[in-house]
Amino acid sequence: MAEQPTSAPLAPGPRTGPADAISVRDVTRDYRRPRTSLRHPSPPVHALRGVSFAVPAGQRFGIVGESGCGKSTLLRILAGLDRPTSGSVAIDGRDITGLRERQLRFVRERLQLVFQDPMSSLDPRMRVGDIVAEPLVAQGHGNRRERVAELLEAVGLRADAADRYPHQFSGGQRQRISIARALAPRPKIIVADEPVSALDVSVRAQVLNLIADLVDELNLTLVFVSHDLSVVRHVCDRVAVMHNGQIVETGATEQVYEDPRHSYTRRLISAVPTLGKALSGVSAADLNREYQP
Amino acid sequence: MSAPNTEAAVASAAPEGRRRRRPVPGSLLVGGLIVVAVLGMALLSFVWTPHDPTLVNPAARLETPSSEYWFGTDKFGRDVFSQIMMGSRTTLFVGFVAVGVAALVGVVLGIVAGMAPGWFGELLMRGNDLILAFPALLLTIMFSAVYGAGTLVAMIAIGIASIPHFARLIRGGTLQVMRTEYVIAARAAGRGPFAIALRHVLPNVSGLVIVQASVGFAIAVLAEAALSFLGFGTPPPTPSWGRMLQESQEMLSIAPRLAVFPGIAIAVAVLGFNLLGDGLRDRFDPKMEDRR
Repeated sequence: MAEQPTSAPLAPGPRTGPADAISVRDVTRDYRRPRTSLRHPSPPVHALRGVSFAVPAGQRFGIVGESGCGKSTLLRILAGLDRPTSGSVAIDGRDITGLRERQLRFVRERLQLVFQDPMSSLDPRMRVGDIVAEPLVAQGHGNRRERVAELLEAVGLRADAADRYPHQFSGGQRQRISIARALAPRPKIIVADEPVSALDVSVRAQVLNLIADLVDELNLTLVFVSHDLSVVRHVCDRVAVMHNGQIVETGATEQVYEDPRHSYTRRLISAVPTLGKALSGVSAADLNREYQP
Repeated sequence: MSAPNTEAAVASAAPEGRRRRRPVPGSLLVGGLIVVAVLGMALLSFVWTPHDPTLVNPAARLETPSSEYWFGTDKFGRDVFSQIMMGSRTTLFVGFVAVGVAALVGVVLGIVAGMAPGWFGELLMRGNDLILAFPALLLTIMFSAVYGAGTLVAMIAIGIASIPHFARLIRGGTLQVMRTEYVIAARAAGRGPFAIALRHVLPNVSGLVIVQASVGFAIAVLAEAALSFLGFGTPPPTPSWGRMLQESQEMLSIAPRLAVFPGIAIAVAVLGFNLLGDGLRDRFDPKMEDRR
């Protein structure tokens, strides 16, 4: 839990600098399962094994990987909602590892989350206006009514949405509410955890474009997590590929897409369904066999 | 930890996209009607009873039911129907106070235990199990022995004995709510644990509280009757269904109806609150949606 100054000798990993909105250095996170034997403690689960990367301010950074690869754990650690077992995370150049909740206030102001599940990410017992205003209340901002109206308009919802409950909205609209809430405290960094995975294909593009537009307009840094390569390609400048709690490949999105180096990345890319492949009768099992490392 | 069927009643991640108007379950309707009837009877007893329920009338002892005395009279010539009306007051009063005590303490305990990290929550729940393992009736008798028999003592003792049921249920609900993304979002927004408990957890476990309260009410009614029957509850001359049963005991061979009427009153009231609880559970449980 020792606080590492950011100028400490660099661990093996990418360059980090003061301009980085997020820098993650050699982060590991182990979980302990409940004991199943009296004699031996359960072996720990390694959710993250030495993850390092840096996101310069203003970049759109994608993280891809299958479910269970540690993406969500990484996000929670980035947001200061969980602690790494070892390693350090800095937001805007300030180390957040081992800080107490009260000291994390600057993270709460600067970094906000958008979640995957539009059903469970909004409190069913709260009005939309209160949901969007929650970060404002928590951080003691004034003029909340006006700000909420402004935000709802920015995400393309009518102002009277504020008086309704989440269940009265569709999945896409709920994701818009979620985005409005995330933008409320004027954060500099948005971390989106599979924000369109639960949506119908028809509204997916709309929500993606909304995120991309807002990120541009407000000059935000975006960390975008998805299992879907095509979605990441649509939004992100750089991408990191995660597998088994490790980053196996990082690079500019196009480069990773056109010229994947790691066998896992190749497998992921070839797994993207295309009409041609489907017509020629390629099955998932074929893909797996073809790219076994 | 807590029973899975009750945990699911949390309104958190109700999977229904849009809340449709569901048909009112029959148990809710019948239970509600019975509860309203008992409530009405208790309220009515404040302004009107056919006879003075405590008036001793030696001229009219052990009357059979008639248009004058609807349920007959007891060995002192008191009107049984009037006594049952008055007794419903005691019953409801006991229920409200007992459930109030249990819900207040139990909900707070449950939420704290559900939100507290690791060992503290566990400690609370183990303490909870300790009370749970103690027979409720024994606890109330113990209380009566120490503080003297009386309605208030009985109510509080019944309330304390019901705390663990609330605490356990609410802890399960709280654990479930704490895992939802809206709570994570609230934490990321900078909300403290107190605000999360009040604004997110409490509203979302309120369905559980209502269900458990109506079931707890039925238990309290039964417990009060049992205590009064044993002589630890409501002291004479205040009418109470439990004590009416006890007094009817010695007349059982001559006038068995004296036991039947209060017995029916207790059974119907308990049934009513249980049905109400069941019906409310059906209403609040999102899983019930699939069964239709």
